[in-house]
Amino acid sequence: MSSTAQKKGFGATIWDFMTTVDHKKIAILYLISGGFFFLVGGVEAMLIRIQLAKAGNDFLSAGTYNEVITMHGTTMIFLAAMPILLAFMNAVMPLQIGARDVAFPFLNSLGFWLFFFGGIFLNLSWFMGGAPDAGWTNYASLALASESHGIDFYALGLTISGFGTLIAGINFLVTIINMRAPGMTYMRMPMFTWTTFVASALILLAFPPLTVGLFTMVFDRMFGANFFAVEMGGNTIIWEHLFWIFGHPEVYILILPAFGIFSEIFAIFSRKRLFGYTALVFATILIGFYGFMVWAHHMFTVGLGPTANAVFALATMIIAVPTGIKIFNWLLTIWGGSISFTVPMIYAIAFIPSFVAGGVTGVMQAIAPLDYQLHDSYFIVAHFHYVIVGGTVLGILAGTHLYWPKMFGTMLSEKLGKWTFWFFFIGFHLTFFIQHFLGLMGMPRRVYTFGADQGWDLFNAISSSGAALMAIGVIILLVNVVLTTVKNERIGNDPWGDGRTLEWAIPSPPPFYNFAQTPLVRGLDTYWIEKMDGNEKGMIYAEPLEDIHMPNSSIIPFVMSFGMFVASFGALYFLDDKVWALPVLIIGLVILFGSMLLRSLKDDLGFYVTKAELLKDAKGGNTNGH
Amino acid sequence: MMKGIKKWRLFALMTILLVFLAGCGREEISTLIPAGKVAQDQFNLLILSSVVMAFVIIVVSIIFVLAIVKFRRSKVGEDMIPEQIEGSVRLEFIWTAVPIVLLLILAVPTVYSTFDLADVSTMDVEAKDGNASNLTVNVTGNLYWWEFEYPEQGIVTAQELVVPTDERVYFNLISADIKHSFWIPSIGGKLDVNPENVNTFYLEFDRESAELDDGVFYGKCAELCGPSHALMDFKVKSVDREEFDQWVTAMQAEKPAAAEGDLAQQGEELFGADGLACISCHATSGAGGTGGVGPNLATFGDRNRVAGYLEHDEENIKNWIQDPQEYKPGNLMPEASSLNNGKDLSDQELDALAAYLMGLSVEE
Repeated sequence: MSSTAQKKGFGATIWDFMTTVDHKKIAILYLISGGFFFLVGGVEAMLIRIQLAKAGNDFLSAGTYNEVITMHGTTMIFLAAMPILLAFMNAVMPLQIGARDVAFPFLNSLGFWLFFFGGIFLNLSWFMGGAPDAGWTNYASLALASESHGIDFYALGLTISGFGTLIAGINFLVTIINMRAPGMTYMRMPMFTWTTFVASALILLAFPPLTVGLFTMVFDRMFGANFFAVEMGGNTIIWEHLFWIFGHPEVYILILPAFGIFSEIFAIFSRKRLFGYTALVFATILIGFYGFMVWAHHMFTVGLGPTANAVFALATMIIAVPTGIKIFNWLLTIWGGSISFTVPMIYAIAFIPSFVAGGVTGVMQAIAPLDYQLHDSYFIVAHFHYVIVGGTVLGILAGTHLYWPKMFGTMLSEKLGKWTFWFFFIGFHLTFFIQHFLGLMGMPRRVYTFGADQGWDLFNAISSSGAALMAIGVIILLVNVVLTTVKNERIGNDPWGDGRTLEWAIPSPPPFYNFAQTPLVRGLDTYWIEKMDGNEKGMIYAEPLEDIHMPNSSIIPFVMSFGMFVASFGALYFLDDKVWALPVLIIGLVILFGSMLLRSLKDDLGFYVTKAELLKDAKGGNTNGH
Repeated sequence: MMKGIKKWRLFALMTILLVFLAGCGREEISTLIPAGKVAQDQFNLLILSSVVMAFVIIVVSIIFVLAIVKFRRSKVGEDMIPEQIEGSVRLEFIWTAVPIVLLLILAVPTVYSTFDLADVSTMDVEAKDGNASNLTVNVTGNLYWWEFEYPEQGIVTAQELVVPTDERVYFNLISADIKHSFWIPSIGGKLDVNPENVNTFYLEFDRESAELDDGVFYGKCAELCGPSHALMDFKVKSVDREEFDQWVTAMQAEKPAAAEGDLAQQGEELFGADGLACISCHATSGAGGTGGVGPNLATFGDRNRVAGYLEHDEENIKNWIQDPQEYKPGNLMPEASSLNNGKDLSDQELDALAAYLMGLSVEE
């Protein structure tokens, strides 16, 4: 499987990635930049744990600490976890439904570059007068009082990257609705595609409230609009509502795709069809649906009154039911199977107890009166790290090992993978389990220091040592990635041997058009069905081999996003009476609207891959694009 | 007889506390060692939900461990192709119904307790003599300090809340600036201190704080409010009703007792309008209402901490006055030099101020 990318010069490769509209390359872009931000967020996490390793530590100052926690949360959620999940969605979902690309390849590229420039913009705040310091929740009274530009970086940066995420969500929805291969009914879609579908619907519905919140925040900060200024009749609780109407579904946007990855893994490495597939699908939809009805459980202590608190407490508890359904169906999937303990599978196995632990503490916090004690204490810190690390991050690590061969055509080392797993897994529980008790012992969250007289020294020291183990695990993963890439041992279509869905029926990495012929789907786990039927050709095809229409690459998404990035600097410094701010704002907008105009005026009809080229590819020629 | 029971209760309590102290944190602040009705209710809910959740964890763990032990590929054979089971309606029903039952067990006390803890209907009820039958405290959150006003009694204090034991105490919470959250972990859960509306709830203090190692319960700000959020501590003294009434009477004396000794008198002058004018922000009399620019210092000498978290000694008072930003970044107190024509205070002046402040006391 030769690759033209390697024959190309470095500059040509960079240009290729800047202009690509291929979902597989965009997936790699998401993975690399999401991975980069994951490391940045991880360093911030280490700074937090160093600061809290002992009582009265002065490693970080009070103000810096608040910047670090804010950026840790914001980076991990918006710039690491979501993009990496979007990487897997991009890499795998179109393959799973037998499509040649997503519905809107151009928008796919635009979505990525908006996220990328938004993330860079947000992180540049470190070097341009201070990062945001009001927590990732950015509660309004504190945010409006914050003097540096940090909050402006936060509001503008998240607005830009939020556009990107929203575009990605819409794109996936349209793709799944319209581009499934013949025979791929909704109830034959792989579980990961289902969770992508529901998560995308959540993105579509959850990001607008965030955008509204961010817009009003920007207006308040820059133009004195007083939406949240109490002394002018504004109300800060409205920010809390807007934020959590977005924020709670966001949690499910993070966890559902991880559920999808684990569902694939349980089936593959147990050699067994997902137990209760229908129940899993409906549980996914129900979780997505309920996700919009429980936001006020983040606000039990705000003073909404007993009626609201009781209603939201009960609504929150109900979510435990579909989540429980999922856990038991996974258990019954591996029950009676043939379990192979590969790296993805041990992550999936480890996920079950970790996530159950996070789930039960979630139910405990749904008990509103009990939450008055747990809210904003280290108990909640422990809880959400159990669900996000124990669910989403384990899912991401599992997905990285599972889909690495499909994305890059080479396998990550299983041996190093297991080292990573043990360091990360033990470190994770060591760090966060004990934090439940810190919370119960009265330690509030977001404190930059604590006194030696509070009785929290030992547990904090233990927690910090666990964080060091997690860091070692991540470093081993990086070593693994480098070694694997250097070795570059190529692998075939189905490297795990027990692939069940369509992505395992085609080469790794797939040719840029994915499927020379669109496959015919005969049931759930369609590739497994063909394998069991002894189909030598791999799949049954729904069409003869003919010319394929593909979209052209384009630099316009990159330029558009760059324009927005530039304009944001102008907007941000405009009110500082900087002379250059207005020209920068105008230049940025000209770039943005100019490239939009260009895109609208210039016809881009794409190109055809001819039948002859397809035949040549099938004999082992070029598979990696033009 | 009563005394005997009380002693026995105390003994039992001490024994339990000793056992717990190892793993449950300090009794001044741990939610696991409740010292009031509200915290006790919440602790009971914690135990109930932990038991129910432990049941869930045990069931999952058994299936989980059995599955990964019994169905390893090395055990079932390399070439074994498992039966591809679609699912089971009966099992789906069971693991839908059982969790619903478990949740109902939790839901009933949840709803009851939510309404119970929010019940402030007896707050402003008047007793026969025309006074309010329950104590109300108006709490104002300020950038890194707390003000406690007792409107019925016409007194105000800061940083150290003094409350009577064994009766309901109602709280009105509001912030003067940024959102805070009012939390005394061993007495009861938190309630946010919003800038735009008054939040109301009640707490009960069932133990006298004098029994504690440190003599006070620890209160916390639980909502990020700026750089010194972590240092926005307050302390709670719970005393029996009689002692509380005495304290109130002492506070109501409009004039603070005159400073005793030369050093303290010199400090008083420095503190006053003709000196550094500290008094323009810090009242030294407990009689009055809310709205102080800086914390009321009428009870300063009785306090447990300086600035809410530093040990209560003259050294810390002097350090604090000299450079408040060093100890609570972002707080609004001006540096001493800015009040002293740009000059640092001399050691002698600091000694005088410390002596004066230490002398501000309403307790005998």
